[in-house]
Amino acid sequence: MITVKNLYKSFNGREVLSDVSVTFEPGKTNLIIGRSGSGKTVLLKSIVGLLEPDGGEVWFNDILFNRLDFREKREIRKQIGMLFQGSALFDSMTVEQNVRFPLDMFTNMTLKEKKQRVSFCLDRVNIHNAEKLTPAELSGGMKKRVAIARAISLNPRYLLCDEPNSGLDPMTATLIDSLIKEITEEYCITTIVNTHDMNSVMEIGEKIVFISDGVKCWEGNKNEILKSDCRLLNEFVFANVLAKQLIENK
Amino acid sequence: MEFVGAGLRFNRQILVILPALRIFMFRFLINLGNYVILLGKVFSKPEKASVYYHQTMKEFVFLGLNSIGITAIISFFMGAAITLQTAYNTENPIYPAYLIGLGCRDSIILEFSSTIVALILAGKVGSNIASEIGTMRVTEQIDALEMMGVNSASYLILPKMIATLVFNPFLTLMSIIIGIVGGWFVSTRLGVITSEQFIYGIQYAFIPYYITYSLIKTVVFAFIITSISSYQGYFVKGGSLEVGQASTKAVVFSSVFILLFNVILTQLLLS
Repeated sequence: MITVKNLYKSFNGREVLSDVSVTFEPGKTNLIIGRSGSGKTVLLKSIVGLLEPDGGEVWFNDILFNRLDFREKREIRKQIGMLFQGSALFDSMTVEQNVRFPLDMFTNMTLKEKKQRVSFCLDRVNIHNAEKLTPAELSGGMKKRVAIARAISLNPRYLLCDEPNSGLDPMTATLIDSLIKEITEEYCITTIVNTHDMNSVMEIGEKIVFISDGVKCWEGNKNEILKSDCRLLNEFVFANVLAKQLIENK
Repeated sequence: MEFVGAGLRFNRQILVILPALRIFMFRFLINLGNYVILLGKVFSKPEKASVYYHQTMKEFVFLGLNSIGITAIISFFMGAAITLQTAYNTENPIYPAYLIGLGCRDSIILEFSSTIVALILAGKVGSNIASEIGTMRVTEQIDALEMMGVNSASYLILPKMIATLVFNPFLTLMSIIIGIVGGWFVSTRLGVITSEQFIYGIQYAFIPYYITYSLIKTVVFAFIITSISSYQGYFVKGGSLEVGQASTKAVVFSSVFILLFNVILTQLLLS
């Protein structure tokens, strides 16, 4: 479980996160939604310590993460798999080397065991016969899937995804969403997904947090989101054609 | 009145200069602090020695072996040019001809093979390091390393530093040899000096400590190139434009600090 309490973050005097408190539950796909520039990525990066919050607390179970020194943070981070918006695969490595990298770094597995694990992770994300390709040779969807494979290679307890389906076609986006949901349920991990895609919300949103201008405006699940009386949330939700249709069908 | 007017003008100039100086000092101290913190991270204990070993071997090839060609070509022609210039500047019956060989040898050992080669490598290796690390920063690859629990500074910079600190002295020795050969080849072919005179000159009054001095400078310059270029790349913010700017800054600052430390080390080691 990840708990955020009264989180504040500002850049050059401009407040980007203001008094955000939320609990992300294990075994569920927790979604942070909001418009572009609403503070979703800043919240995600503040949770994992890539950005230092100005105030507030971030708890990983019973550990106050943002008060740890960088060595202690590193130990916690070994339990976190993170999928970045641009995939962040290492350009100089092949697909296999990318997925194997955390295993090389933090395990004492033999090369054979590592290759088996890499093969398992790549199979899990439906990547076949691409081990020797470099990231430059992959499509956007494949890059995201390889990044997921790398993120799960060490069996993480937490999976954080920053806009996992941005820039992807709807079918590939749905595939990535389903994959994230399956992995979350299969390994009972705490997953947080940043998105502004309403398809993802309706597909995998078990717990949803809506952020606008750095303020948490609403919290609920995908069944409650369409009945909300939060004006900002309604504007966000009903800007999407699919959601409009859903409402009309109802 | 004129005196008072001049005083006021001076005060106004001071008022303009002081804030700029304060900002410059403030920025310099911030950069110095970040540089020291970065070096602290670079020299912390590696997570896994075997991974760092493989990475260091890659850097030996990338930063070391790949620099042999350019070093060899430049050394040959610079050695030739130094010898010819020495010959034309000592065209006097009072000076024995073998002094051309001696001048060529000392110029190459004392200054050219360490300092000039370092300046050239600052351009080649320094821009390479800054753009590589800078691109990794703006594409979140460094964040990805940090998220895995890897000490990104150490993983990315330490192997480069070891590779250049170990390999650059070999480049310097190679440059000395090729530079002297270049001087000998061109001067004897053009009939400026006989081969015997040149060889006598390069053996005459040889001080082996000059080689040590040259190698010490090379190691210090290698550290300057790698650390400053890595620093510029590691703290890039923005996109491809900023990566390009960081690459340019890496070359400029490395070159300036190489020249500064050249003076300091010469005073310390040769005085």
